[in-house]
Amino acid sequence: MVSDTARGVGHPQAAEAAAADPREPLLEVDHVTLRFGGVVALDEVSFTIHKGEILGLIGPNGAGKTTCFNAITGIYRPTQGEIRFRGVRITGKKRHHITRMGIARTFQNIRLFPEMTALENVQVGADAHHKTSVLSAMLRLPRHWREEREGREKAERLLEFVGIRDRMHDMARNLSYGEQRRLEIARALATDPQLLCLDEPAAGFTPAEKEELLQLIRRIRDLGVTVLLVEHDMKLVMGVTDRVVVLEFGKKIAEGPPAEVRQDPRVIAAYLGVPDDAA
Amino acid sequence: MTALVARIRAGREAIGVRWRQAPRWTRWTVIAAIIAFFYALPNKEFYQYLGPIPTTGSNFGQVLFTISIYVLLAVGLNIVVGYAGLLDLGYFGFFAVGAYTVAVLTSPASDLKTQWPWLMALPVALVVAMISGVLLGMPTLRLRGDYLAIVTLGFAEMIRLAATSSEFLKGQRGFNQIPHPPGRYADGRPVFGVLDPRPYYWLVLTLIILVLIAVRNLSNSRVGRAWVAIREDEDAAQLMGVPTFKFKLWAFAAGAVIGGLAGALFAGKQNFVNSQNFELLNSIIILAAVIFGGSGNLVGAIVGGGLVAYLIERFRGVELFGWELYEFRFMFFGAVLIIMMIFRPQGLIPNRRRAAEFADRRREVTVGQ
Repeated sequence: MVSDTARGVGHPQAAEAAAADPREPLLEVDHVTLRFGGVVALDEVSFTIHKGEILGLIGPNGAGKTTCFNAITGIYRPTQGEIRFRGVRITGKKRHHITRMGIARTFQNIRLFPEMTALENVQVGADAHHKTSVLSAMLRLPRHWREEREGREKAERLLEFVGIRDRMHDMARNLSYGEQRRLEIARALATDPQLLCLDEPAAGFTPAEKEELLQLIRRIRDLGVTVLLVEHDMKLVMGVTDRVVVLEFGKKIAEGPPAEVRQDPRVIAAYLGVPDDAA
Repeated sequence: MTALVARIRAGREAIGVRWRQAPRWTRWTVIAAIIAFFYALPNKEFYQYLGPIPTTGSNFGQVLFTISIYVLLAVGLNIVVGYAGLLDLGYFGFFAVGAYTVAVLTSPASDLKTQWPWLMALPVALVVAMISGVLLGMPTLRLRGDYLAIVTLGFAEMIRLAATSSEFLKGQRGFNQIPHPPGRYADGRPVFGVLDPRPYYWLVLTLIILVLIAVRNLSNSRVGRAWVAIREDEDAAQLMGVPTFKFKLWAFAAGAVIGGLAGALFAGKQNFVNSQNFELLNSIIILAAVIFGGSGNLVGAIVGGGLVAYLIERFRGVELFGWELYEFRFMFFGAVLIIMMIFRPQGLIPNRRRAAEFADRRREVTVGQ
């Protein structure tokens, strides 16, 4: 039904359009298996994220979405298989290198720096590409001033972008839940990512807040950032993504445009909990 | 009672707000006045008007020197514990490294027989302290929390045991005739002599000011943000592109240099260094001082270090019902710490009260964690 899209070929429908719209693979997950002891959390999962798209990674609880996510951002090291970013193998690289290469993320359970102001939180992200050394910071050399000004302007711009600029001098812990989620996105964007991975960004949101988030994700894509969205909320995923990858029990069971995937009997079975022999 | 506490708190915050909203020249004037006060403090002509503040049991200039060394140590440890959140129980080890490096290079009792002047040994002491910080940090900074505390505790004990038992470091006999810092008055008398402790105090005070400027610059930069981010959430910091290991190592190295500086100054004043100067208790006192003052806050560390050292000395020679209070100094110290941890666990002057935070207070929401 849906072909394997490893190596960035794209699935059949997209391949037809490929001549007019050559889609460049940004991130390739290539036959990744991840075992924790005897538990197989990911089983030969392969998919590709193309430049400029919004890809949804969905699946029922425990399907391996977050595990997959953590493998991409370098928290887990795949037992087998590899992950390539812009053609470069990133499995086994240090986490901060992966970030500097252009992959940023947010967390399912918000993980800000609570005792830093919102502005500083974002500045930490902006610092990812700064080179001020301890010596030049201590002596306030020109590079320190230049990068400091740059970082601050960028941070303010991003806070404006996510809509919480008026809270920039508040401690992150004093922000409301929704503001904290936005702050996380701003912080991740400050690292200048090409790929932004959002781990259940709508968790705990009201429908109105979800709608705003949807707009925000689209605006992020319009900035030229590719988005990987791990999400539980089917409606949100269907509304915003270009393509969806469905995981169940650590295996990929479907991939394609949301409208199509929604019709897939295996996906329906997985979500409705109907016993299925396919998985 | 609650009303009183609230009023005190409101008063303190009002001071904070006024301080931050004051024009730049006012702030500089106040800072200059404080600095002038501390330079004037060891002169009898000045401190005799300060009532019960000067110590009675010992020379006040000498006490001030001790206090200034503690303040320097507290400022250094504050980088490691307060900013980067690395629990270092062996910080005093770097003090020992600084003192012993000076002793070995300058003392005629040393096997090296180099007999360098103090000033020449000082940069070497700083470098050696820094290297020892990096060497200790390389394997240990991969550990977290409790494990790091245990390993650093072991480090301080190792230094002490090496000092006690190694032939090269002379154990209890120690090193004598360590030269003083250089400098002479117009009439040929040395500035840094044996009788007058004040020049040493002024020297340390000056160095404290320089160190404070450097530390403040660091804390308001990429480096300081990285440290605090590591303290707040190490994994998240890493995923936001902070090379955590590198910056933890820098925090250790910076702390070690400041500890080594304090040790070198101590050796230059004391003339004599032996293994009894480096009891484990000192590490604990410095750590307590940092936490007492308000971990992560520069002013807090200064106040904590100064107050703890001062109170310990203040008890000397004070009698109550025939008991010499100095004998009980650590009991009081412990009691104060316990009371602090119950009523004010964040320290006397808590971490990071920012101007902007106050300015935005009216919009503060109660939602959140």
